[in-house]
Amino acid sequence: MATQTFLDANELVLNMGPQHPSTHGVLRVILNLDGEKILGTDCVIGYLHRGVEKIAENRTYPMFTPYVDRMDYVASISNGLGYCLAVEKLMNLPAPPRAEAVRVILTELNRIASHLVWLGTHALDIGAITPLFYTMREREEALKIFENYCGARLTTHAFRIGGLQYETYDGFEEQVKAFCDAMEPRIDEYETLLTGNRIWIDRLKGIGILTAAECKQYGVTGPMLRAAGVKWDLRKAFPYSGYEKYEFDIPTRENADTYDRYIVRMQEMRQSVRIVRQAVANIPDGPIIAKVPKVVKPVPGEVYVSIEAPKGELGYYVVSDGTNQPYRVRVRPPSFINLQSLEKMAKGALIADIVAIIGTIDIVLGEVDR
Amino acid sequence: MESLPWQDDLTAAVKQQFGDRVLEFLTYRDQKFIVAAPEAAVALIEYLKFEAGFDYLVDVTAVHWPKREGAQFDVIYILYSFERNDRVRVKVKIADGYKPETVTTVHLTANWLEREVFDMFGIQFASHPDLRRILMPEDWSGYPLRKDYSIIQMDQRWVKENLGIESGQ
Repeated sequence: MATQTFLDANELVLNMGPQHPSTHGVLRVILNLDGEKILGTDCVIGYLHRGVEKIAENRTYPMFTPYVDRMDYVASISNGLGYCLAVEKLMNLPAPPRAEAVRVILTELNRIASHLVWLGTHALDIGAITPLFYTMREREEALKIFENYCGARLTTHAFRIGGLQYETYDGFEEQVKAFCDAMEPRIDEYETLLTGNRIWIDRLKGIGILTAAECKQYGVTGPMLRAAGVKWDLRKAFPYSGYEKYEFDIPTRENADTYDRYIVRMQEMRQSVRIVRQAVANIPDGPIIAKVPKVVKPVPGEVYVSIEAPKGELGYYVVSDGTNQPYRVRVRPPSFINLQSLEKMAKGALIADIVAIIGTIDIVLGEVDR
Repeated sequence: MESLPWQDDLTAAVKQQFGDRVLEFLTYRDQKFIVAAPEAAVALIEYLKFEAGFDYLVDVTAVHWPKREGAQFDVIYILYSFERNDRVRVKVKIADGYKPETVTTVHLTANWLEREVFDMFGIQFASHPDLRRILMPEDWSGYPLRKDYSIIQMDQRWVKENLGIESGQ
Protein backbone atom coordinates (compact mmCIF):
# COMPACT_ATOMS: atom_id res chain seq x y z
CA MET A 1 0.00 0.00 0.00
CA ALA A 2 2.76 2.35 0.91
CA THR A 3 4.25 2.15 -2.58
CA GLN A 4 1.13 3.45 -4.26
CA THR A 5 1.85 6.83 -5.77
CA PHE A 6 -0.29 9.48 -7.30
CA LEU A 7 0.61 8.43 -10.82
CA ASP A 8 -0.82 4.94 -10.62
CA ALA A 9 -3.85 6.06 -8.69
CA ASN A 10 -7.05 4.26 -9.47
CA GLU A 11 -9.70 5.68 -11.71
CA LEU A 12 -11.47 8.77 -10.52
CA VAL A 13 -15.24 8.98 -10.37
CA LEU A 14 -16.59 12.43 -11.14
CA ASN A 15 -20.18 13.48 -10.91
CA MET A 16 -21.49 15.83 -13.58
CA GLY A 17 -24.91 17.33 -13.03
CA PRO A 18 -27.84 17.19 -12.46
CA GLN A 19 -27.37 20.92 -11.93
CA HIS A 20 -24.85 21.58 -14.63
CA PRO A 21 -25.37 24.22 -17.30
CA SER A 22 -24.19 22.11 -20.21
CA THR A 23 -26.28 19.04 -19.54
CA HIS A 24 -29.33 20.90 -20.89
CA GLY A 25 -31.56 20.23 -17.95
CA VAL A 26 -31.36 17.71 -15.18
CA LEU A 27 -29.15 15.02 -16.62
CA ARG A 28 -26.63 13.49 -14.26
CA VAL A 29 -23.66 11.74 -15.77
CA ILE A 30 -21.24 9.76 -13.62
CA LEU A 31 -17.86 9.80 -15.30
CA ASN A 32 -15.12 7.27 -14.69
CA LEU A 33 -11.89 9.01 -15.46
CA ASP A 34 -8.29 8.14 -15.98
CA GLY A 35 -6.80 11.59 -15.79
CA GLU A 36 -8.53 13.55 -18.53
CA LYS A 37 -9.67 10.46 -20.36
CA ILE A 38 -13.17 9.03 -19.99
CA LEU A 39 -13.27 5.32 -19.31
CA GLY A 40 -17.00 5.02 -18.92
CA THR A 41 -20.18 6.94 -18.28
CA ASP A 42 -23.39 6.16 -16.47
CA CYS A 43 -26.43 8.36 -17.06
CA VAL A 44 -28.80 8.92 -14.18
CA ILE A 45 -32.13 10.16 -15.48
CA GLY A 46 -35.68 10.41 -14.23
CA TYR A 47 -35.51 13.72 -12.38
CA LEU A 48 -38.26 15.11 -14.59
CA HIS A 49 -40.39 11.98 -14.66
CA ARG A 50 -44.04 12.98 -14.49
CA GLY A 51 -45.66 9.74 -15.55
CA VAL A 52 -47.07 11.04 -18.82
CA GLU A 53 -47.98 7.55 -19.97
CA LYS A 54 -49.90 6.91 -16.76
CA ILE A 55 -51.72 10.23 -17.06
CA ALA A 56 -52.81 9.25 -20.57
CA GLU A 57 -54.63 6.21 -19.24
CA ASN A 58 -56.66 8.42 -16.93
CA ARG A 59 -57.69 11.08 -19.42
CA THR A 60 -59.92 11.00 -22.47
CA TYR A 61 -58.24 11.12 -25.88
CA PRO A 62 -58.70 14.87 -26.46
CA MET A 63 -57.86 15.70 -22.84
CA PHE A 64 -54.43 14.14 -23.22
CA THR A 65 -53.32 16.32 -26.16
CA PRO A 66 -52.00 19.25 -24.03
CA TYR A 67 -49.87 16.87 -21.96
CA VAL A 68 -47.77 15.70 -24.91
CA ASP A 69 -46.54 19.28 -25.42
CA ARG A 70 -44.76 19.06 -22.08
CA MET A 71 -42.44 16.29 -23.17
CA ASP A 72 -40.21 17.89 -25.76
CA TYR A 73 -41.12 21.44 -24.86
CA VAL A 74 -38.90 23.10 -27.46
CA ALA A 75 -40.69 21.17 -30.22
CA SER A 76 -44.15 20.86 -28.73
CA ILE A 77 -45.93 21.10 -32.07
CA SER A 78 -44.20 17.94 -33.30
CA ASN A 79 -45.32 16.08 -30.20
CA GLY A 80 -48.89 17.17 -30.73
CA LEU A 81 -48.79 16.21 -34.39
CA GLY A 82 -47.54 12.72 -33.60
CA TYR A 83 -50.24 12.08 -31.02
CA CYS A 84 -53.05 13.45 -33.20
CA LEU A 85 -51.88 11.36 -36.16
CA ALA A 86 -51.79 8.23 -34.00
CA VAL A 87 -55.35 8.72 -32.74
CA GLU A 88 -56.52 9.62 -36.25
CA LYS A 89 -54.96 6.41 -37.55
CA LEU A 90 -56.65 4.45 -34.79
CA MET A 91 -60.03 5.94 -35.72
CA ASN A 92 -59.35 6.00 -39.47
CA LEU A 93 -60.19 9.69 -39.54
CA PRO A 94 -57.73 11.61 -41.72
CA ALA A 95 -57.40 15.36 -41.30
CA PRO A 96 -58.66 17.51 -44.21
CA PRO A 97 -56.10 18.92 -46.70
CA ARG A 98 -56.24 22.45 -45.34
CA ALA A 99 -55.44 21.23 -41.84
CA GLU A 100 -52.58 19.13 -43.20
CA ALA A 101 -50.99 22.12 -44.93
CA VAL A 102 -51.21 24.33 -41.83
CA ARG A 103 -49.85 21.47 -39.73
CA VAL A 104 -46.85 21.14 -42.05
CA ILE A 105 -46.14 24.88 -41.89
CA LEU A 106 -46.29 25.03 -38.09
CA THR A 107 -44.36 21.80 -37.61
CA GLU A 108 -41.55 22.93 -39.89
CA LEU A 109 -41.38 26.33 -38.21
CA ASN A 110 -41.13 24.43 -34.94
CA ARG A 111 -38.31 22.31 -36.35
CA ILE A 112 -36.44 25.51 -37.20
CA ALA A 113 -37.12 26.89 -33.70
CA SER A 114 -35.92 23.65 -32.11
CA HIS A 115 -32.74 23.55 -34.18
CA LEU A 116 -32.11 27.20 -33.29
CA VAL A 117 -32.28 26.41 -29.59
CA TRP A 118 -29.93 23.53 -30.17
CA LEU A 119 -27.51 25.66 -32.18
CA GLY A 120 -27.45 28.49 -29.65
CA THR A 121 -26.95 26.29 -26.61
CA HIS A 122 -24.49 23.95 -28.31
CA ALA A 123 -22.35 26.89 -29.40
CA LEU A 124 -22.61 28.32 -25.90
CA ASP A 125 -21.37 25.04 -24.44
CA ILE A 126 -18.40 25.06 -26.79
CA GLY A 127 -17.58 28.63 -25.76
CA ALA A 128 -19.11 30.76 -28.51
CA ILE A 129 -21.57 33.09 -26.85
CA THR A 130 -22.58 35.21 -29.84
CA PRO A 131 -24.70 32.69 -31.81
CA LEU A 132 -27.09 32.33 -28.88
CA PHE A 133 -28.27 35.92 -29.23
CA TYR A 134 -28.78 35.59 -32.96
CA THR A 135 -30.60 32.27 -32.74
CA MET A 136 -32.91 33.52 -30.00
CA ARG A 137 -33.72 36.56 -32.14
CA GLU A 138 -34.93 34.38 -35.01
CA ARG A 139 -36.66 31.90 -32.76
CA GLU A 140 -38.65 34.77 -31.33
CA GLU A 141 -40.12 35.43 -34.80
CA ALA A 142 -41.22 31.81 -35.09
CA LEU A 143 -42.74 31.90 -31.61
CA LYS A 144 -44.64 35.06 -32.52
CA ILE A 145 -46.31 33.17 -35.34
CA PHE A 146 -47.36 30.43 -32.90
CA GLU A 147 -48.59 33.03 -30.46
CA ASN A 148 -50.64 34.78 -33.11
CA TYR A 149 -52.02 31.45 -34.25
CA CYS A 150 -53.03 29.85 -30.97
CA GLY A 151 -52.12 32.19 -28.14
CA ALA A 152 -49.28 30.14 -26.71
CA ARG A 153 -45.61 30.27 -27.49
CA LEU A 154 -44.04 27.15 -26.09
CA THR A 155 -46.58 24.53 -25.05
CA THR A 156 -48.89 25.37 -27.87
CA HIS A 157 -51.59 22.69 -28.04
CA ALA A 158 -51.93 23.80 -31.66
CA PHE A 159 -53.63 20.72 -33.12
CA ARG A 160 -56.72 18.73 -32.33
CA ILE A 161 -57.61 15.16 -33.14
CA GLY A 162 -58.95 15.31 -36.69
CA GLY A 163 -57.47 18.65 -37.69
CA LEU A 164 -57.13 22.11 -36.19
CA GLN A 165 -59.01 24.06 -33.60
CA TYR A 166 -58.41 27.47 -35.12
CA GLU A 167 -58.56 28.95 -38.59
CA THR A 168 -55.39 30.82 -39.57
CA TYR A 169 -55.41 34.49 -38.64
CA ASP A 170 -55.39 37.44 -41.05
CA GLY A 171 -51.89 38.02 -42.29
CA PHE A 172 -50.70 34.48 -41.44
CA GLU A 173 -49.35 33.81 -44.94
CA GLU A 174 -47.54 37.15 -45.08
CA GLN A 175 -45.95 36.67 -41.69
CA VAL A 176 -44.77 33.16 -42.54
CA LYS A 177 -43.38 34.35 -45.89
CA ALA A 178 -41.56 37.23 -44.19
CA PHE A 179 -40.08 34.74 -41.72
CA CYS A 180 -38.83 32.55 -44.58
CA ASP A 181 -37.32 35.51 -46.40
CA ALA A 182 -35.53 36.63 -43.25
CA MET A 183 -34.43 33.13 -42.24
CA GLU A 184 -32.31 32.16 -45.24
CA PRO A 185 -29.77 35.01 -44.97
CA ARG A 186 -29.73 34.51 -41.20
CA ILE A 187 -28.66 30.88 -41.61
CA ASP A 188 -25.83 32.15 -43.82
CA GLU A 189 -24.94 34.51 -41.00
CA TYR A 190 -24.64 31.67 -38.48
CA GLU A 191 -22.52 29.77 -40.93
CA THR A 192 -20.09 32.66 -41.34
CA LEU A 193 -19.75 32.70 -37.57
CA LEU A 194 -19.21 28.98 -37.13
CA THR A 195 -18.71 26.78 -40.17
CA GLY A 196 -15.18 27.88 -40.99
CA ASN A 197 -14.31 28.97 -37.48
CA ARG A 198 -11.00 27.47 -36.44
CA ILE A 199 -11.96 26.91 -32.79
CA TRP A 200 -15.35 25.47 -33.72
CA ILE A 201 -13.73 23.00 -36.14
CA ASP A 202 -11.05 22.01 -33.65
CA ARG A 203 -13.58 21.35 -30.95
CA LEU A 204 -16.02 19.38 -33.12
CA LYS A 205 -14.18 17.51 -35.87
CA GLY A 206 -13.62 13.84 -35.09
CA ILE A 207 -15.46 14.09 -31.76
CA GLY A 208 -18.24 11.70 -30.77
CA ILE A 209 -18.12 9.47 -33.82
CA LEU A 210 -21.01 7.05 -34.17
CA THR A 211 -20.97 5.12 -37.45
CA ALA A 212 -24.07 4.09 -39.35
CA ALA A 213 -23.84 0.50 -38.09
CA GLU A 214 -23.51 1.71 -34.50
CA CYS A 215 -26.44 4.10 -34.96
CA LYS A 216 -28.65 1.20 -36.03
CA GLN A 217 -27.43 -0.91 -33.12
CA TYR A 218 -28.33 1.84 -30.68
CA GLY A 219 -31.54 2.79 -32.45
CA VAL A 220 -30.26 6.31 -33.01
CA THR A 221 -32.33 8.33 -35.49
CA GLY A 222 -32.69 11.87 -36.77
CA PRO A 223 -29.79 14.15 -37.67
CA MET A 224 -27.32 11.83 -35.94
CA LEU A 225 -28.19 8.97 -38.27
CA ARG A 226 -28.12 11.22 -41.30
CA ALA A 227 -24.71 12.59 -40.34
CA ALA A 228 -23.52 8.97 -40.53
CA GLY A 229 -24.53 8.80 -44.18
CA VAL A 230 -27.90 7.07 -43.91
CA LYS A 231 -30.39 8.88 -46.13
CA TRP A 232 -33.42 8.17 -44.00
CA ASP A 233 -36.16 10.50 -42.94
CA LEU A 234 -39.64 9.46 -41.89
CA ARG A 235 -41.11 12.32 -43.91
CA LYS A 236 -39.90 10.41 -46.99
CA ALA A 237 -40.02 6.83 -45.69
CA PHE A 238 -43.62 6.97 -44.43
CA PRO A 239 -45.00 10.32 -45.61
CA TYR A 240 -47.64 11.76 -43.29
CA SER A 241 -49.67 14.95 -43.28
CA GLY A 242 -49.05 15.46 -47.02
CA TYR A 243 -45.25 15.60 -46.97
CA GLU A 244 -45.19 13.62 -50.21
CA LYS A 245 -46.44 16.76 -51.98
CA TYR A 246 -43.42 18.87 -51.14
CA GLU A 247 -40.00 18.86 -52.71
CA PHE A 248 -37.11 18.67 -50.30
CA ASP A 249 -33.82 16.86 -49.88
CA ILE A 250 -32.51 14.77 -47.02
CA PRO A 251 -29.14 16.25 -46.11
CA THR A 252 -26.51 13.66 -45.22
CA ARG A 253 -22.82 13.65 -44.35
CA GLU A 254 -20.23 10.93 -44.16
CA ASN A 255 -17.99 11.44 -41.15
CA ALA A 256 -20.58 10.81 -38.42
CA ASP A 257 -18.91 13.25 -36.01
CA THR A 258 -20.15 16.25 -34.08
CA TYR A 259 -19.18 18.67 -36.84
CA ASP A 260 -21.16 16.75 -39.45
CA ARG A 261 -24.23 16.73 -37.23
CA TYR A 262 -23.92 20.49 -37.03
CA ILE A 263 -23.78 20.73 -40.84
CA VAL A 264 -26.75 18.38 -41.23
CA ARG A 265 -28.90 20.42 -38.84
CA MET A 266 -28.00 23.67 -40.59
CA GLN A 267 -29.03 22.17 -43.91
CA GLU A 268 -32.21 20.80 -42.39
CA MET A 269 -33.23 24.30 -41.42
CA ARG A 270 -32.79 25.37 -45.05
CA GLN A 271 -34.89 22.43 -46.19
CA SER A 272 -37.57 23.33 -43.66
CA VAL A 273 -37.71 26.85 -45.06
CA ARG A 274 -38.09 25.30 -48.51
CA ILE A 275 -41.01 23.14 -47.35
CA VAL A 276 -42.71 26.05 -45.59
CA ARG A 277 -42.45 28.21 -48.72
CA GLN A 278 -44.15 25.52 -50.81
CA ALA A 279 -46.82 24.86 -48.23
CA VAL A 280 -47.70 28.48 -47.56
CA ALA A 281 -47.94 29.33 -51.27
CA ASN A 282 -50.63 26.75 -51.69
CA ILE A 283 -52.88 26.29 -48.66
CA PRO A 284 -56.03 24.58 -49.95
CA ASP A 285 -59.46 25.86 -48.99
CA GLY A 286 -61.93 23.77 -47.10
CA PRO A 287 -62.71 22.64 -43.60
CA ILE A 288 -59.98 22.67 -40.96
CA ILE A 289 -61.24 19.69 -39.01
CA ALA A 290 -62.73 16.36 -40.01
CA LYS A 291 -66.11 15.22 -38.71
CA VAL A 292 -64.93 14.12 -35.30
CA PRO A 293 -67.54 12.48 -33.08
CA LYS A 294 -68.39 14.39 -29.89
CA VAL A 295 -66.90 11.56 -27.87
CA VAL A 296 -63.69 10.16 -29.29
CA LYS A 297 -64.10 6.43 -28.85
CA PRO A 298 -61.94 4.30 -31.15
CA VAL A 299 -62.84 0.64 -31.58
CA PRO A 300 -60.48 -1.76 -29.77
CA GLY A 301 -57.15 -2.01 -31.51
CA GLU A 302 -53.62 -0.78 -31.50
CA VAL A 303 -51.47 1.31 -33.80
CA TYR A 304 -47.93 2.60 -33.89
CA VAL A 305 -47.46 5.92 -35.68
CA SER A 306 -44.24 7.85 -35.81
CA ILE A 307 -43.09 11.16 -37.22
CA GLU A 308 -39.76 12.81 -37.92
CA ALA A 309 -39.42 15.10 -34.93
CA PRO A 310 -36.45 17.51 -34.84
CA LYS A 311 -34.57 15.01 -32.70
CA GLY A 312 -35.40 11.78 -34.48
CA GLU A 313 -38.18 9.24 -34.66
CA LEU A 314 -40.99 10.19 -32.31
CA GLY A 315 -43.48 7.36 -32.10
CA TYR A 316 -46.79 6.79 -30.37
CA TYR A 317 -48.07 3.32 -29.70
CA VAL A 318 -51.72 3.71 -28.76
CA VAL A 319 -53.93 0.86 -27.55
CA SER A 320 -57.69 1.29 -27.38
CA ASP A 321 -60.07 -0.94 -25.49
CA GLY A 322 -63.16 0.71 -26.93
CA THR A 323 -63.71 3.28 -24.19
CA ASN A 324 -63.20 7.04 -24.37
CA GLN A 325 -59.85 6.77 -22.57
CA PRO A 326 -56.73 5.29 -24.13
CA TYR A 327 -55.91 1.90 -22.63
CA ARG A 328 -52.22 2.51 -23.11
CA VAL A 329 -50.15 5.25 -24.71
CA ARG A 330 -46.51 4.52 -25.19
CA VAL A 331 -44.25 7.31 -26.36
CA ARG A 332 -41.10 6.36 -28.20
CA PRO A 333 -38.97 9.38 -27.33
CA PRO A 334 -36.03 10.10 -29.65
CA SER A 335 -34.02 11.90 -26.95
CA PHE A 336 -34.17 8.96 -24.53
CA ILE A 337 -32.98 6.46 -27.09
CA ASN A 338 -30.35 8.72 -28.63
CA LEU A 339 -28.98 9.49 -25.17
CA GLN A 340 -28.16 5.84 -24.66
CA SER A 341 -25.42 6.15 -27.28
CA LEU A 342 -23.59 8.67 -25.06
CA GLU A 343 -21.82 5.76 -23.40
CA LYS A 344 -20.39 4.64 -26.72
CA MET A 345 -19.43 8.10 -27.96
CA ALA A 346 -17.85 9.27 -24.72
CA LYS A 347 -15.65 6.24 -24.20
CA GLY A 348 -12.05 7.26 -24.78
CA ALA A 349 -12.90 10.93 -25.25
CA LEU A 350 -11.46 13.72 -23.14
CA ILE A 351 -13.40 15.39 -20.38
CA ALA A 352 -13.65 18.64 -22.38
CA ASP A 353 -15.36 16.75 -25.20
CA ILE A 354 -18.19 15.37 -23.08
CA VAL A 355 -19.87 18.76 -23.26
CA ALA A 356 -19.72 18.73 -27.05
CA ILE A 357 -20.98 15.15 -27.15
CA ILE A 358 -23.97 15.81 -24.89
CA GLY A 359 -24.77 18.90 -26.94
CA THR A 360 -24.61 17.09 -30.25
CA ILE A 361 -27.22 14.51 -29.24
CA ASP A 362 -29.70 17.38 -28.82
CA ILE A 363 -31.62 16.06 -25.84
CA VAL A 364 -34.50 17.64 -24.00
CA LEU A 365 -34.80 16.14 -20.55
CA GLY A 366 -38.54 16.61 -20.44
CA GLU A 367 -38.73 14.06 -23.20
CA VAL A 368 -36.06 11.73 -21.83
CA ASP A 369 -37.85 11.44 -18.49
CA ARG A 370 -41.47 12.02 -19.53
CA MET B 1 -62.60 -3.57 -36.59
CA GLU B 2 -60.96 -6.97 -36.45
CA SER B 3 -57.32 -7.72 -37.10
CA LEU B 4 -56.90 -9.29 -40.53
CA PRO B 5 -54.63 -12.21 -41.38
CA TRP B 6 -51.40 -11.37 -43.17
CA GLN B 7 -49.61 -13.58 -45.65
CA ASP B 8 -46.61 -13.00 -47.88
CA ASP B 9 -43.12 -14.39 -48.46
CA LEU B 10 -41.92 -13.18 -45.07
CA THR B 11 -44.67 -14.96 -43.15
CA ALA B 12 -44.03 -18.12 -45.16
CA ALA B 13 -40.31 -18.02 -44.35
CA VAL B 14 -40.94 -17.33 -40.66
CA LYS B 15 -43.57 -20.06 -40.51
CA GLN B 16 -41.17 -22.55 -42.05
CA GLN B 17 -38.38 -21.60 -39.66
CA PHE B 18 -40.40 -21.43 -36.45
CA GLY B 19 -43.40 -23.70 -37.02
CA ASP B 20 -45.73 -23.71 -34.05
CA ARG B 21 -43.69 -21.24 -32.05
CA VAL B 22 -45.22 -18.37 -34.01
CA LEU B 23 -48.91 -18.26 -33.33
CA GLU B 24 -50.44 -15.66 -35.63
CA PHE B 25 -49.64 -13.21 -38.41
CA LEU B 26 -52.04 -10.29 -38.33
CA THR B 27 -52.49 -6.76 -39.58
CA TYR B 28 -54.50 -3.97 -38.04
CA ARG B 29 -54.99 -0.75 -40.02
CA ASP B 30 -52.31 -2.05 -42.40
CA GLN B 31 -49.77 -2.47 -39.62
CA LYS B 32 -48.24 -5.92 -39.43
CA PHE B 33 -47.60 -7.89 -36.31
CA ILE B 34 -46.53 -11.37 -35.38
CA VAL B 35 -47.78 -13.05 -32.23
CA ALA B 36 -45.12 -15.45 -31.02
CA ALA B 37 -44.60 -17.85 -28.15
CA PRO B 38 -42.59 -16.12 -25.37
CA GLU B 39 -39.63 -18.48 -25.59
CA ALA B 40 -39.32 -17.88 -29.35
CA ALA B 41 -39.15 -14.07 -29.18
CA VAL B 42 -35.38 -13.61 -29.11
CA ALA B 43 -34.77 -16.22 -31.81
CA LEU B 44 -37.46 -14.63 -33.96
CA ILE B 45 -36.06 -11.12 -33.57
CA GLU B 46 -32.59 -12.44 -34.36
CA TYR B 47 -33.92 -14.22 -37.43
CA LEU B 48 -35.73 -11.09 -38.60
CA LYS B 49 -32.56 -9.05 -38.12
CA PHE B 50 -30.10 -11.27 -39.94
CA GLU B 51 -32.29 -13.04 -42.49
CA ALA B 52 -34.99 -10.49 -43.26
CA GLY B 53 -33.16 -7.17 -42.77
CA PHE B 54 -35.12 -5.86 -39.77
CA ASP B 55 -31.98 -4.33 -38.31
CA TYR B 56 -33.43 -1.48 -36.24
CA LEU B 57 -35.29 -2.12 -33.01
CA VAL B 58 -37.59 0.86 -32.75
CA ASP B 59 -39.12 0.22 -29.36
CA VAL B 60 -39.81 -2.31 -26.64
CA THR B 61 -42.87 -1.81 -24.50
CA ALA B 62 -45.56 -3.67 -22.61
CA VAL B 63 -49.29 -3.54 -21.94
CA HIS B 64 -50.93 -4.84 -18.77
CA TRP B 65 -54.17 -6.80 -19.13
CA PRO B 66 -54.98 -7.82 -15.53
CA LYS B 67 -58.24 -9.53 -16.42
CA ARG B 68 -56.72 -11.84 -18.99
CA GLU B 69 -56.31 -15.32 -17.56
CA GLY B 70 -52.81 -16.77 -17.56
CA ALA B 71 -51.10 -14.10 -19.66
CA GLN B 72 -51.36 -10.71 -18.00
CA PHE B 73 -48.79 -8.90 -20.08
CA ASP B 74 -48.17 -8.19 -23.74
CA VAL B 75 -44.55 -7.42 -24.52
CA ILE B 76 -44.20 -5.64 -27.83
CA TYR B 77 -41.08 -5.27 -29.94
CA ILE B 78 -41.32 -2.86 -32.86
CA LEU B 79 -38.85 -3.58 -35.66
CA TYR B 80 -37.97 -1.65 -38.78
CA SER B 81 -36.08 -2.62 -41.89
CA PHE B 82 -34.17 0.08 -43.77
CA GLU B 83 -33.83 -2.25 -46.74
CA ARG B 84 -37.54 -3.02 -47.10
CA ASN B 85 -38.79 0.26 -45.62
CA ASP B 86 -41.20 -1.76 -43.56
CA ARG B 87 -42.20 -2.12 -39.95
CA VAL B 88 -43.29 -5.20 -38.11
CA ARG B 89 -44.24 -5.75 -34.49
CA VAL B 90 -43.51 -8.87 -32.51
CA LYS B 91 -45.91 -9.46 -29.67
CA VAL B 92 -45.60 -12.05 -26.93
CA LYS B 93 -48.10 -12.75 -24.20
CA ILE B 94 -46.59 -13.62 -20.84
CA ALA B 95 -47.84 -14.40 -17.37
CA ASP B 96 -46.99 -12.27 -14.33
CA GLY B 97 -43.63 -13.44 -13.02
CA TYR B 98 -42.48 -14.96 -16.29
CA LYS B 99 -38.97 -13.78 -17.17
CA PRO B 100 -38.56 -13.27 -20.90
CA GLU B 101 -35.03 -13.47 -22.31
CA THR B 102 -33.39 -10.14 -23.02
CA VAL B 103 -32.90 -9.01 -26.63
CA THR B 104 -29.84 -6.92 -25.78
CA THR B 105 -27.82 -9.75 -27.29
CA VAL B 106 -29.35 -8.86 -30.67
CA HIS B 107 -29.97 -5.11 -30.39
CA LEU B 108 -27.95 -2.94 -27.99
CA THR B 109 -30.72 -0.36 -27.85
CA ALA B 110 -32.88 -2.82 -25.90
CA ASN B 111 -30.79 -2.16 -22.81
CA TRP B 112 -32.56 1.03 -21.68
CA LEU B 113 -35.87 0.04 -23.23
CA GLU B 114 -36.04 -3.16 -21.24
CA ARG B 115 -34.95 -1.32 -18.13
CA GLU B 116 -37.90 1.00 -18.61
CA VAL B 117 -40.31 -1.91 -19.06
CA PHE B 118 -38.92 -3.44 -15.87
CA ASP B 119 -39.23 -0.11 -14.09
CA MET B 120 -42.84 0.46 -15.13
CA PHE B 121 -44.26 -3.07 -15.21
CA GLY B 122 -41.92 -5.19 -13.10
CA ILE B 123 -41.19 -7.58 -15.95
CA GLN B 124 -37.75 -8.99 -15.31
CA PHE B 125 -35.69 -9.77 -18.37
CA ALA B 126 -33.51 -12.83 -17.90
CA SER B 127 -29.76 -12.29 -18.45
CA HIS B 128 -30.14 -8.54 -18.93
CA PRO B 129 -26.70 -6.99 -18.30
CA ASP B 130 -27.87 -4.13 -16.07
CA LEU B 131 -31.46 -4.50 -14.92
CA ARG B 132 -32.00 -1.47 -12.67
CA ARG B 133 -34.80 1.04 -12.45
CA ILE B 134 -34.25 3.86 -14.90
CA LEU B 135 -36.87 6.60 -14.43
CA MET B 136 -38.17 5.92 -10.93
CA PRO B 137 -35.93 6.12 -7.83
CA GLU B 138 -33.96 2.92 -7.30
CA ASP B 139 -35.55 2.03 -3.95
CA TRP B 140 -39.13 2.80 -5.01
CA SER B 141 -41.56 -0.05 -4.51
CA GLY B 142 -44.37 -0.78 -6.94
CA TYR B 143 -44.64 -0.64 -10.71
CA PRO B 144 -46.55 2.45 -11.85
CA LEU B 145 -47.87 1.38 -15.24
CA ARG B 146 -49.62 -1.70 -13.94
CA LYS B 147 -53.37 -1.26 -14.08
CA ASP B 148 -53.82 -1.97 -10.36
CA TYR B 149 -51.52 0.94 -9.51
CA SER B 150 -53.74 3.98 -9.02
CA ILE B 151 -52.74 7.30 -10.56
CA ILE B 152 -52.47 8.95 -7.13
CA GLN B 153 -50.75 5.99 -5.49
CA MET B 154 -47.17 6.43 -4.34
CA ASP B 155 -44.57 4.79 -2.19
CA GLN B 156 -45.39 6.49 1.14
CA ARG B 157 -42.28 5.16 2.83
CA TRP B 158 -40.03 6.56 0.11
CA VAL B 159 -41.78 9.92 0.15
CA LYS B 160 -41.44 10.14 3.94
CA GLU B 161 -37.80 9.14 4.04
CA ASN B 162 -36.56 11.14 1.09
CA LEU B 163 -38.77 14.20 1.02
CA GLY B 164 -39.44 14.44 4.75
CA ILE B 165 -43.19 14.92 4.29
CA GLU B 166 -46.14 12.76 5.25
CA SER B 167 -47.56 12.46 1.77
CA GLY B 168 -46.91 13.85 -1.65
CA GLN B 169 -50.59 14.58 -2.14
